[in-house]
Amino acid sequence: MMRILMILRVALKALNRNKMRTALTMLGMIIGVAAVIAMVALGKGAQSSIENQIKSAGTNIINVYAGNFMSGGVRQGSGAANTLTIEDANAIRTEVQGVQYLAIGVNTRTQVIAGNQNWSTRVNGSEVDWPAIRTWDVKYGSFFTQQDVNSSAKVVVLGSTVSTNLFGEDTDPTGQVIRIKNQPFKVIGVMASKGSSTGGDDQDDSVVIPYTTCQKKLMGIQHIQNITVSAAQAGEVSAVAERITALLRVRHKIVQGDTDDFMVRTLEEMAAMRTETTRTMTYLLAGIAGVSLLVGGIGIMNIMLVSVTERTREIGLRMAIGARSGDVLMQFLVEAIVLSIFGGSIGIALGFGISWGVTEFLTWPTTISSDAVLLAFGFSAMVGIFFGFYPATKAAKLDPIEALRFE
Amino acid sequence: MPVISVRDLKKTYVVGDIQVHALRGVDVDVEQGEFLSVTGPSGSGKSTFMHILGCLDRPTSGRYILDGQDVSTMSRDELAKVRNHRIGFVFQGFNLLSRTSAIENVELPLLYSRQQIKGSERHKRARAALEIVGLLERSHHHPNQLSGGQQQRVAIARALINNPSILLADEPTGNLDTRTSIEVMDVFQRLNIERNITILLITHEHDIAEYGTRTIAFRDGHIVSDQRNTVRRMARAELAALPPPEILNGSTVAVGAK
Ligand SMILES: Nc1ncnc2c1ncn2[C@@H]1O[C@H](COP(=O)(O)OP(=O)(O)O)[C@@H](O)[C@H]1O
Ligand SMILES: [Mg+2]
Repeated sequence: MMRILMILRVALKALNRNKMRTALTMLGMIIGVAAVIAMVALGKGAQSSIENQIKSAGTNIINVYAGNFMSGGVRQGSGAANTLTIEDANAIRTEVQGVQYLAIGVNTRTQVIAGNQNWSTRVNGSEVDWPAIRTWDVKYGSFFTQQDVNSSAKVVVLGSTVSTNLFGEDTDPTGQVIRIKNQPFKVIGVMASKGSSTGGDDQDDSVVIPYTTCQKKLMGIQHIQNITVSAAQAGEVSAVAERITALLRVRHKIVQGDTDDFMVRTLEEMAAMRTETTRTMTYLLAGIAGVSLLVGGIGIMNIMLVSVTERTREIGLRMAIGARSGDVLMQFLVEAIVLSIFGGSIGIALGFGISWGVTEFLTWPTTISSDAVLLAFGFSAMVGIFFGFYPATKAAKLDPIEALRFE
Repeated sequence: MPVISVRDLKKTYVVGDIQVHALRGVDVDVEQGEFLSVTGPSGSGKSTFMHILGCLDRPTSGRYILDGQDVSTMSRDELAKVRNHRIGFVFQGFNLLSRTSAIENVELPLLYSRQQIKGSERHKRARAALEIVGLLERSHHHPNQLSGGQQQRVAIARALINNPSILLADEPTGNLDTRTSIEVMDVFQRLNIERNITILLITHEHDIAEYGTRTIAFRDGHIVSDQRNTVRRMARAELAALPPPEILNGSTVAVGAK
């Protein structure tokens, strides 16, 4: 133990004797490690912010849309086709295993008016389980009931953005009447604020009414545009989605080889795609940063080699007064490790600083992962050992007499 | 029993196809307390001889008994231990660590000691060694703040730190002017006379050889003469006879220092 301390002291003294060079050598390590940490933090930050958005949208949700983007020939917007029916929805409800909640959906965009305030927004026609599917609470009043759906009642639940725009902030508008397409609707509730969706639009800028009301009173259509389903088990989402697809293909009489006239999408799928992209990005950035770490390591080796040559006489002297080859090896190895670990530590601190700064000033999310810190630290120690070993062996193998004679 | 006993010592260097016979069979015994001057022309094998005696190198053949122990067959690490504990080296070029204080230079061999020595103990011993060579008050000076003679005295203190049985010096005055040479020889003579330390000193200058008790001369790898010095020069007396006495105590600072 004391021997290690002694070697450490000797190494520190040697490094201290040439401060400028020591600092410059460490700079390579500092930049490399800081880059790795900051890059990984940025990537992880992006990843976890996407994950959070998806979590807030509900990961067990399956969307079924009428029409199909992918079908050849005429490109129809999803929902524009009239291929989905209420019977399809009921069949999914009763025949597909693993379905927890289901809500039929139709939607349109229109003006909503309260007194002299008006606001253009999205009107969602839905069913009673919609809040449960979206895990979205009602803030004021209550959501509409099955009774309201059956009777096509003119009742509306406002999104918080709409409520604020029509009635002002922090006011409870339940019981008030607003006009949608010139028809009076009674406000029965306001949803809690939900924020932006993964796509980036404001989910609170919408109102919800029974789908029956939307079909008959606002749109004059018989078909439905989409069905939102939640799977009972998060792990079963894709299985349920497959069952729905199979059922609808049978119901729509689509033979093998033909394209579906509907689309089944899970949020998980979309999430996975986006997460995959950011992960690839993270690896790429970390890879580039890793290269700079490697360059830092080569810098250490270079300096250590120069140092061994320059200090040949010193090595000879140390051997003459009793240093064994092992002592000399350890001295140079420890010098290299001290360089890389010191540089690595400062790099970690700098990486933290950069990540903090990016979040603070650019408002990009960053997540410092302990993995990245450990990896960077371990890697810098390894770099020290690996790139220090060759110069150290070179020093240890020197012949004391030749070394002493070296000019 | 002699401190050093050498029998038929040979050293052959092979450079390419050429064999260089640096030592061609050397026999010598050195008793405890002797001050042996080793002379001879350049290339005669003095340094080679000294490197083997100092366990820095191994002979091609022959036997070398140091303190009754055969060291000619020891491993590299065992030789390092012998160098650390039983031999003190003084080189022509001083070989002090730059940007390192005198006292730290003197402590250096203790770092490689096989038994652990505490910092305070190292310090105490280094101070004692510096006191012997008369440089205690300069213990925190760096080599570039010391004159050549002072640097060589620091090197001698470093050689003394482990109480070696022999002190080997290869042309220690080669880089010094006459006056400083005498100063350094005074240190060697005091160590020899007052502390009974065995000294082997290489020099190609005859007048320096006369400070010893015995002189051997090398030529072409052989010892060609070995005699007791009938008249021994005494450095102390010579210094007293020389003018500006302030240099003698090491109290003058070298030109350009500080
Ligand atoms: N490492 C070596 N390789 C080859 N020849 C050497 C080596 N060291 C010394 N010699 C040769 O050995 C002979 C003795 O050298 P050395 O002991 O240094 O003499 P001195 O110290 O008396 O001047 C010389 O001819 C020298 O060239
Ligand atoms: Mg020589």
